Amino acid sequence: MNACLTLKDGAVFRGRPFGRKGSVAGEVVFNTGMVGYPECLTDPSYSGQILVLTFPLIGNYGVPADEPDRLNSFFESERIRVAGLVVMEECTEASHWQSSSTLADWLAFQKVPGLAGIDTRAVTQKLRTAGSMLGKLVYGDDTIPFRDPNHENLVARVSVREPVRYGTGKKRVVVVDCGCKNNIIRSLLRRGVAVTVVPWDWPLTDEACDGVVLSNGPGDPQTCGTTVRHVRALLAREVPVFGICLGSQILALAAGAATYKLKFGHRGQNQPCVLHGTQRCFITSQNHGYAVDEKSLPPDWLPWFFNANDGTNEGIQHRSKPFRGVQFHPEATPGPCDTEFLFDEFVDLLS
Amino acid sequence: MPHAFRKVLILGSAALKIGEAGEFDYSGSQAIKALKEERIETVLINPNIATNQTSEHLADIIYLLPIDPYFVEGVIRKERPDGIFLSFGGQTALNCGLELARRGCLEAHGVAVLGTSVGTIEATENRELFKQKLAEIGVQVPRSASAASRGEAQRLASQIGYPVMVRAGFALGGLGSGVCHDEGALIDQVDRALAHSSQVLIEESLTGWKEIEYEVVRDVHDNCVTVCNMENLDPLGIHTGESIVVAPSQTLTNAEYHHLRQIALRVIRHLGIVGECNIQFALDPGSDAYRVIEVNARLSRSSALASKATGYPLAFIAAKLALGHSLLDLRNQVTQTTTSCFEPALDYVVVKIPRWDLTKFRKASRHIGSSMKSVGEVMAIGRRFEEALQKALRMLETGVHGLIGNEQVEVGDVEEELRHPTDQRIFAIPAALAAGYTIERIHELTRINKWFLHKINNVLKVADRLRPYAGGPCPRAILLEAKEFGFSDGQVGHLLGMDEASATKMRCAYGLAPVVKQIDTLAAEYPAQTNYLYLTYNGTKSDLKGPLDRSVLVLGSGVYRIGSSVEFDWCCVTAARTLRALGYRPIMVNYNPETVSTDYDESDRLYFEELTLETLAEIYAKEQPLGVIVSMGGQTPNNLAVKLHQAGLRILGTAPSRIDQAENRRTFSALLDRLGINQPVWEELTSIADAKAFARRVGYPVLVRPSYVLSGQAMSVASNDHELTRFLSKAAAVSREYPVVLSKFIEDAKEIEFDAVARDGEILADAISEHVENAGVHSGDATLVFPPQRTYLETLRQVRAIGRKIAAALCITGPFNIQFIARDNCVRVIECNLRAARSFPFISKVCGVNFIDLAVRAILGEPAPKVESSPMELEHVGVKAPQFSFTRLQGADPVTGVEMSSTGEVGCLGHDFEEAFLKAMLSVGYRLPVRRILLSTGPLKNKIDFTANAKLLQEAGITLFATRGTAAFLAQHGVQAAAVPWPLEQGGPDVLELLAARQFDLVINIPKSHDEEELTNDYLIRRKAVDFNVPLITDLQVAKRFTEALVHKSLGDLLIGSVDEYVVSRTRLSEQPVSLRLTAS
Ligand SMILES: Nc1ncnc2c1ncn2[C@@H]1O[C@H](COP(=O)(O)OP(=O)(O)O)[C@@H](O)[C@H]1O
Ligand SMILES: Nc1ncnc2c1ncn2[C@@H]1O[C@H](COP(=O)(O)OP(=O)(O)O)[C@@H](O)[C@H]1O
Ligand SMILES: [Mg+2]
Ligand SMILES: [Mg+2]
Repeated sequence: MNACLTLKDGAVFRGRPFGRKGSVAGEVVFNTGMVGYPECLTDPSYSGQILVLTFPLIGNYGVPADEPDRLNSFFESERIRVAGLVVMEECTEASHWQSSSTLADWLAFQKVPGLAGIDTRAVTQKLRTAGSMLGKLVYGDDTIPFRDPNHENLVARVSVREPVRYGTGKKRVVVVDCGCKNNIIRSLLRRGVAVTVVPWDWPLTDEACDGVVLSNGPGDPQTCGTTVRHVRALLAREVPVFGICLGSQILALAAGAATYKLKFGHRGQNQPCVLHGTQRCFITSQNHGYAVDEKSLPPDWLPWFFNANDGTNEGIQHRSKPFRGVQFHPEATPGPCDTEFLFDEFVDLLS
Repeated sequence: MPHAFRKVLILGSAALKIGEAGEFDYSGSQAIKALKEERIETVLINPNIATNQTSEHLADIIYLLPIDPYFVEGVIRKERPDGIFLSFGGQTALNCGLELARRGCLEAHGVAVLGTSVGTIEATENRELFKQKLAEIGVQVPRSASAASRGEAQRLASQIGYPVMVRAGFALGGLGSGVCHDEGALIDQVDRALAHSSQVLIEESLTGWKEIEYEVVRDVHDNCVTVCNMENLDPLGIHTGESIVVAPSQTLTNAEYHHLRQIALRVIRHLGIVGECNIQFALDPGSDAYRVIEVNARLSRSSALASKATGYPLAFIAAKLALGHSLLDLRNQVTQTTTSCFEPALDYVVVKIPRWDLTKFRKASRHIGSSMKSVGEVMAIGRRFEEALQKALRMLETGVHGLIGNEQVEVGDVEEELRHPTDQRIFAIPAALAAGYTIERIHELTRINKWFLHKINNVLKVADRLRPYAGGPCPRAILLEAKEFGFSDGQVGHLLGMDEASATKMRCAYGLAPVVKQIDTLAAEYPAQTNYLYLTYNGTKSDLKGPLDRSVLVLGSGVYRIGSSVEFDWCCVTAARTLRALGYRPIMVNYNPETVSTDYDESDRLYFEELTLETLAEIYAKEQPLGVIVSMGGQTPNNLAVKLHQAGLRILGTAPSRIDQAENRRTFSALLDRLGINQPVWEELTSIADAKAFARRVGYPVLVRPSYVLSGQAMSVASNDHELTRFLSKAAAVSREYPVVLSKFIEDAKEIEFDAVARDGEILADAISEHVENAGVHSGDATLVFPPQRTYLETLRQVRAIGRKIAAALCITGPFNIQFIARDNCVRVIECNLRAARSFPFISKVCGVNFIDLAVRAILGEPAPKVESSPMELEHVGVKAPQFSFTRLQGADPVTGVEMSSTGEVGCLGHDFEEAFLKAMLSVGYRLPVRRILLSTGPLKNKIDFTANAKLLQEAGITLFATRGTAAFLAQHGVQAAAVPWPLEQGGPDVLELLAARQFDLVINIPKSHDEEELTNDYLIRRKAVDFNVPLITDLQVAKRFTEALVHKSLGDLLIGSVDEYVVSRTRLSEQPVSLRLTAS
């Protein structure tokens, strides 16, 4: 049986299906990371997206066993979040002491279609110039319509329904779950704070806590109006706030700044980010298509980091108050942990 | 301006040797480019005259001198640099720099060590110090302790428990290292290691763990990134230089990859490295345990590989960082729009395979392990591992089609091969699979990760899908799959029982062709205008914008092997430069990661690809160049000339039919007869009886050349029936299809090289050089003198006349080389190559006329002046000396013969022969002063011949020792030499013990016959000398010249002079526009 990737602009890439035998539509994005497909695929930020991996050989070390505990040490959420996966070659004979199944079996088990044998470099070049594009994985001669996930409230779909509490510890941090990666929670727990994960639309004004983390998440920050409103109210209090990726964009909107869609999204593990006013550059893991418009920052806010390649904003901070946000992923997984120290700084801020 | 340096000194790595090869020409050249960009004056010391870095267009001032504290200090006194680069010339430069620092010389002259500090270098080279440093930050290293004596080592080993790993400090290429299973092995290992290094490390053996490397750069602002990581297919226990290496790592999870990366950054920061370095890890395949094996605080073989694998110019960046630049401010050299402070994302996979030439050495063991034996390496790029692996195997130029479908590879005992790997191990795996071994079993025997074994198995599976279609065309889908998995047309043909041409025809009929992909460091995330290209069948879209106009394809020299190395890379790079200067667009094709020609700024387009008809035809079709230059890259491209021509590619320069005529012994011999030119009598024979008859007729000795199909079987010289029969019976079948060529071997004859450039048969420039050794020592192993000092003018006149005749007869256009044998003015031709030869960079740089520049002009029909004035007018002498790597080849008999065995060369200048000769000898490891010499001068004829020199030495007050025969003979002729007993002989410590005790400064041991086979005492002496790092001379002529020179001259007489100080006189002398400067644009 054959299958193909069809892009909105009509381009068709034929390949071999694997994983779930079926079709799916969504926004097609790429990632240039060379390791970490289990982490990538389970990152809620990818909800509604068909992921193209530029590294040609995927699945080499298989997929580790799942563990009941949500914070099990390998995945970024309890299931695969990408709508579909596109690779050059999917490895059928994985080899690793921690591997418990192949990539194909994992996808099949979680009902996610995959497509192999694709010139992923060619696809990436298209997406790069067109920006991200709608597309669909078509199995056999199925017919399905295109679908734009950015018009849906993806965040609502991936967020927890009820608050969940983790860990013990004198200090308590509230994590607003807009599609939170497990490693954000792990990174906080590792630093001895208690964590309460609340839904994306949870009113924060009267939530008793020492600090608030606005998590990463899928799609356009503009669709998170409710969260933005709650955060704006929160900023009236002096509680330390730390925004990550989408969380940083939400923080910016709450502060009165604007966001926009990037022509070339940042999707990889090799994004160089410079700490403003220094010569220090950090290699960061990123996955976002929107960014904060630095020029729109109100006077009491400052740019914190910027991207050494295209100069776009990678972080903001308040002049006097403990409010900060970064566009990249200090929690890594996948990717380098150069900026993990930001969690230390945040925890130190907790009164 | 981050720095305030005016003049910087760069140390090279001298001659290519096992463990230190072409990669340091690449790194040195990039460092010089970086300095020039900063307008800093550059002074280079490197006696390796064949390199690109010693080309006039790079460093401002070049010294062809030994990389040795004495000479380097001399240059420092003279040039007064304010900075020095120690990390671009391998271990040689690093150790020399450390010594200079210890002596306080650098401080005394106010020379700053740029980049990584001397203290840090110490901490990485001193394995004990290194351990302590890492302990400070709680990083894991193997359980170990260091010893400075045999006794200590024994004690430590028993504490740690066998098997133990022995490693030498201040070394590279695993010199003196090895896993020892018992005390006997340990003692042997440690003794040899201590002969080369002051320190050995005894540590727990981690054999079988994954071996992972990271290339790290760090700037003064503490920005630190890992540019590339690499995984060795061969697990720990096999040196990274002996391993098949893949980039990026393939079997590491995100957690493992970034855990090791994080440790790498912590270690490099803690050590305080500034610039580039390499860190090696051992990773437990069954847990997350790891160990740091070592850090190399300098550019290395791995960093060269990483540069080519990622497109990130590590050496160039390292140089900039050493000057104090911030990684941030340096542009990504590929995209030109993004920063260098990032970690390349690859969207392809790279496979590196070492090239061994072990069969070229008598008695050398073919086993591979923790110390290096390989002489070169290749790198292949693909979008599947199988594709890259099979490409790489073909690139080795050993005649294989790929992993399978090869006639010439026969693996002996598969299990033994898997258990104790030799250079054949990769072929043992498919053999084992075919023989029914399970992947599990092969994994147990080799410890190779199953992921790799499955990949190898995939290749067999694809072959199985092909085979059913033997004889006829196979379905398109199956052929496409084969191409995706890296099968060549020849390989497909072999499996289907059709010839390569028909396989290609079938492929083209199906419309199957590879696509061109760019290497852009960012996996297409940003647009990049890169000219760094490869071909793959695993893609549907080509990145190529279309052909360049006025482009010319230049074929590179391929893998470095014995007989073809950096000298041909110099020719290719020089050719590309001339093409650019003339307004053409050079397109380079080469696949050797150790080269400068594979730096993408050296050509308008670089195809990192195979040099085969199939690949070149595809590139030619896509690029539509004006033509192809095959005469610069040595024998590999030269052999392709006819095939390419027949396939319709336009060959520039001498006509392929003429090349064929010169290459083919019969047609060439016929030509010589027609022109009335002498040649040694030869005959092609198909039976041992005929061979004997011929030998008796012309008289022994005879030179025996078995036909090439009997791979591994070398040329040799037979002095009697016995030797001839023994040799021919070893050469398996001598028959109609496997004939043997015998030539009369001419004794006591001089050998002469004639290098020239011609246009339409008319010579534009020529250069004659003579060998110090008599004919019988391969021209590649010979000591070359240019211009000749001891050859009759009459002989030289004849040589030139013959050169002119042959050039005209073959209507040569381009470079060529003729080898002559001369005895009492009777001149004979032994071979003629219609291509650039090994000696071209040497003669070009010595006489100041760039023969390659001239040749390219001739080839393209551009104005090229005739160089009338003959090199005879030179006011200086150049001497080229061979570098041998016998130390690294356990058991190999360190003698020279008709088969080449040197791995590199140097070339030095002097106002007379002895000055240049001594400099060259010192550059390849001989040492002054010499106070105690051991003599063993072989056959009576030689003993007599050497007597005068022995007298000379005695008069000079040098203490002579000799084996009994030699001692007795010398006594009769009034020379006192203390007789030393043979092994197992009465009377004090025997010769081997004295050698091990380093009692001699020099050993002169002349072999008895041309072809010593049995383990004679002489062999034991030679081998002991090599193992204990005592300089050894085995050629009578060299012995005579060297002993004379060291009596006549002392170190102080060796002028510290730059190339210009010698060669300038020459360039003024002739009004030549074609000086080396010409193409320095
Ligand atoms: N403890 C060990 N056990 C087994 N093999 C080892 C051990 N340490 C090093 N090796 C092997 O020896 C090789 C050479 O060691 P290394 O320290 O890298 O020497 P060099 O500095 O000459 O490269 C390594 O590539 C590795 O394969
Ligand atoms: N007839 C001969 N008499 C003496 N020495 C010879 C003769 N033919 C070749 N040699 C020696 O053998 C070496 C190698 O021979 P050659 O034909 O040049 O082989 P290759 O093709 O490997 O260069 C020469 O450099 C020369 O020293
Ligand atoms: Mg080393
Ligand atoms: Mg090493």
